Amino acid sequence: MCFEFLLDMSEYITHDQAGKSVGKVEKQFFTFAQPPDEMMLDSGAKLGPITLAYETYGTLNRDKSNVVLVCHALTGDSHAAGYYSDADDKPGWWDNMIGPGKAIDTDKYFVICANVLGGCMGSTGPSSVNPETGSPWGMDFPFVTIGDMVRAQKALMDHLGIKKILSMTGGSMGGMQVLQWCVQYPEMVRSAIPMATTMRHSALAIAFNEVARQAIIADPNWRNGNYYGGKKPDLGLSVARMIGHITYLSDEAMRRKFGRQLQDKTDLSYQFDVDFQVESYLRHQGAKFVERFDANSFLYITKAADYFDLTRFENANSAVRVFSMAMARFMVISFTSDWLYPTYQSREMVQAMKKGGLLDVSFCEVEAEWGHDAFLLPNQRLTNVVRGFIDSVYQDTK
Amino acid sequence: MSTRIQNNTPLRFDLQVIASWIRPGSRVIGLGCGEGELLAHLKTQKQVRETGIEIVEQRVVRCIEKGLSVIQGDINEEVHDYPDDTFDYVVLSQTLQQVYDPLALIESMLRIGKKAIVSFPNFGHWQVRAQVLLTGHAPITPQLPYSWYGTPNIRILSIKDFRAFARHVGFSILKEVTINTDKQDKSGRIVQVLPNLRATYGIYLISRE
Repeated sequence: MCFEFLLDMSEYITHDQAGKSVGKVEKQFFTFAQPPDEMMLDSGAKLGPITLAYETYGTLNRDKSNVVLVCHALTGDSHAAGYYSDADDKPGWWDNMIGPGKAIDTDKYFVICANVLGGCMGSTGPSSVNPETGSPWGMDFPFVTIGDMVRAQKALMDHLGIKKILSMTGGSMGGMQVLQWCVQYPEMVRSAIPMATTMRHSALAIAFNEVARQAIIADPNWRNGNYYGGKKPDLGLSVARMIGHITYLSDEAMRRKFGRQLQDKTDLSYQFDVDFQVESYLRHQGAKFVERFDANSFLYITKAADYFDLTRFENANSAVRVFSMAMARFMVISFTSDWLYPTYQSREMVQAMKKGGLLDVSFCEVEAEWGHDAFLLPNQRLTNVVRGFIDSVYQDTK
Repeated sequence: MSTRIQNNTPLRFDLQVIASWIRPGSRVIGLGCGEGELLAHLKTQKQVRETGIEIVEQRVVRCIEKGLSVIQGDINEEVHDYPDDTFDYVVLSQTLQQVYDPLALIESMLRIGKKAIVSFPNFGHWQVRAQVLLTGHAPITPQLPYSWYGTPNIRILSIKDFRAFARHVGFSILKEVTINTDKQDKSGRIVQVLPNLRATYGIYLISRE
């Protein structure tokens, strides 16, 4: 029973128990930066045209003051809530948070979520066609940064005529985008909820990403990124996902859910096949992941997350100086069992905000046993603080 | 007891005294702010810009639900990050007696705030004295309801002690109000005669000299 739950936990997505949902949603596309007006990237390269896949939920009010921008994590997409069709067995990845009457209440707010630049879920990335060659970009795709992802989202906001974002939120790499937004376009962000995130990767986080990338690169099918139309580096990508998954859980979660229990066995097999449930779980996660994710996108996006260093924004070289550029009200959230971006990293952020003279700062370390991925799981306290925070910011605009 | 608490719970009497000292529109930080009763009152009634520090997650959640800005953390640590004179008032309500290093905390409070407000239960109250004297046991009173082995109150001080502390350390007492409250602390009155013997709480507005 427990194990079945965990198998389904891959994306932690379940139908809403109370049946509340934004209902049927549609993926939309916005294309911009048409040559010769390509977007300048942080690396100095130019990229265009760029397409962003995005979804919206709720209704934009007349003065466009009810916008909540949601940023997804490493392997997420624009599908944050609702269903594409009646046949869908799962709603979007943050359906427990976004919907009518939920913490991010679509009866009040207009919610936007876009697939990141460099992604593979409809936005321009290494699997997109390079207009100059007519074939997929592969390794010719320019390096993109968290700043570039945010710049592309800003273009989408301009396109939608949105000048002010009521609140932005996201976990993990989504939280990095939230932080970047607050300093890159400070006048546009009224409030921000960075969750389970960091100002910059620790050596530990970079190390895990590097092992994951090497698993892909070492797969003979990767062929220097030119695998489109042929055999894909599924083995490498699935190992990369398995590594990632270990970092998203926690010692406690794994001990409680798997322990040393065997999978469909009563004794050790003395084979290199699956013995333990945790092995079965990871293999299952890896195998499922390759069906939906592009290996090159994984390489580019993990690199963007590793390169991210908010403290070096505009050569400030100081977290305090960077946060003194921000104008948003902040609520920083960490989770007790997150060992990928542990609470001390959120505290450093809060400390810098305080030293930088920001007064409207909240911080809560939410008790959760699920590790880094806790932000994706239903949690009453998390729901309550997100609802309370956004509602109070909205109240202040009136 | 539950029947006595109404839907529209009035602010605790000692907090009413504190609230009366705070100028509208000022910047206030509450150290150990609990579920934010005082800060919420000040925000709605006096339009202050509020911040709270609270260590217990569940209380922090309650504060944020109310729309307050609150940081989860240890007050002894969290005070260090703020620049000098960040706040008009730094409030430490009924917590001084639980602080390991009260001197260091008060110095920090007077650094980050122009003024500080401190309140504490008075260990000089006659009931406390009588219990020690007559029973020979460590006192247990409505204001100090703990056994010696479970009490968070590790610093024992009276009204007189705090005045002497101010002189010794060198900060100014701008206002002193000593109060006597009912068992639930909902209502109370100001004690003017023999406060060290008759008051259950002392409330102080202090500043650097």
